[in-house]
Amino acid sequence: MTTPEPTDRSGEIANASGDLVPTPGQTVGPFFGFALPYERGHELVPPTTPGAIRFHGTVYDGAGDPVPDALVEITQADADGRVHGAEGTLARDGMTWSGWGRCATTRAGTYSFTTVEPGAVDGRAAFFAVTVFARGLLNRLFTRAYVPGDDAALAADPLLSGLDEVARRSLVAVREDDGSLRFDIRLQGEDETVFLTYPRHEP
Amino acid sequence: MAVNDDVTRADERGSQAPAPAPLDVPVATQHEIDDEMAAAQEAAPAGLRQPLVDFRPYRSSELRHPTKDLRHADPEEIELFAPVFGHRDVDPIEADLTLNPGGEPIGERIRIRGRVLDGDGRPVAGQLVEIWQANAAGRYVHKRDQHPAPLDPSFLGVGRAITGPDGGYEFVTIKPGPYPWKNHQNAWRPAHVHFSLFGTEFTQRMVTQMYFPGDPLFALDPIYQAITDQRARDRLVSVYDHDVSEHEWLLGYRWDIVLTGTHSTPMEPEEGEHA
Repeated sequence: MTTPEPTDRSGEIANASGDLVPTPGQTVGPFFGFALPYERGHELVPPTTPGAIRFHGTVYDGAGDPVPDALVEITQADADGRVHGAEGTLARDGMTWSGWGRCATTRAGTYSFTTVEPGAVDGRAAFFAVTVFARGLLNRLFTRAYVPGDDAALAADPLLSGLDEVARRSLVAVREDDGSLRFDIRLQGEDETVFLTYPRHEP
Repeated sequence: MAVNDDVTRADERGSQAPAPAPLDVPVATQHEIDDEMAAAQEAAPAGLRQPLVDFRPYRSSELRHPTKDLRHADPEEIELFAPVFGHRDVDPIEADLTLNPGGEPIGERIRIRGRVLDGDGRPVAGQLVEIWQANAAGRYVHKRDQHPAPLDPSFLGVGRAITGPDGGYEFVTIKPGPYPWKNHQNAWRPAHVHFSLFGTEFTQRMVTQMYFPGDPLFALDPIYQAITDQRARDRLVSVYDHDVSEHEWLLGYRWDIVLTGTHSTPMEPEEGEHA
């Protein structure tokens, strides 16, 4: 078997449209469970790490029922507020900081990461950048889970300060008695989570 | 609706009998779904690039889409960062889904070759591409897939690859079969491969599905038709390329993926690139 020399088509876009326009998203569907989750994908640090916390929550649908087939990913700064990551994101060797994690929801719609609290980057309000996928959700959703506590930084945050109280509350994680951070994600409803779009995203 | 109820009723497949649709609406016929799709597409603004998330013909979307507008955010430093994958993470043999200790999988052997580009046409190098799919008979290796089609002990249907310097990726696999699901009566998904993609920024993350040219099920599928613009739908359809096919071995498809643009300063496009 030899692979034939490919024709040089580097100037063309290979799809049925052939144009350089962003590819549409589609739902992650019901069957990602055997493909995307991986061993310790939800552990950004080993549970025994000093300062390790749980960042967790439940994904709810518009009827208030848990969503048992969602996938949550987080990207975050380290505890010192540094944004970096070393090659080896899928290899959870206990040493490599990647700043990224993935967790599928359980039958009860819950997810849980083991991580450290992100530090403030350049003195700004600290947050986890969150992506949500689910069966029934036709495109991914982006949001932020802010770390509670630094009221001055939260009040100064450009995104939060433009929101009403209900919307603002949907983006701030809750400090639980056990020290963990809980961030519930509501896909639909009166207290729906605020989801984000960024410049260069076009509907 | 209780959790267990949700799992058993709203799963896209689960038994041979169509399950009740969410909200206890009677299960629709294909004609009714066709009419709903046409009406939703008629009402949508022209030229949308992304799928509607509020697209009722896809019944599972009904309670799972935000009803409020997305909020504009200027990306902060962490949102301009993406995880760093590499060859330490992924073994090159993971890109060949036909390699199994049990032997050759049943089905039509294919190669899918393409590039991951950002919105300015720049290659996304060294990033992870993950795929998953049904086997040739239209069945997934997933315990919740109860479609009475045969499992293939020689086919798992999961692959991973790291893009090359030119953003290129390549998978060898089996062409997946179409399969029935419970969205409506006699509902069938067009054959597809699920793709999960990363850019150089958090803001570029996406999951999508690649389809095969000429599938007669396109017009009938509410997931594909949730993309209301024909040109946008075409971006999910691979092209057959005889140069990618191999003599007496496999058939070749090409599919390039374009992510959204980055927020770093765009470079001058190189000659031959689309600006």
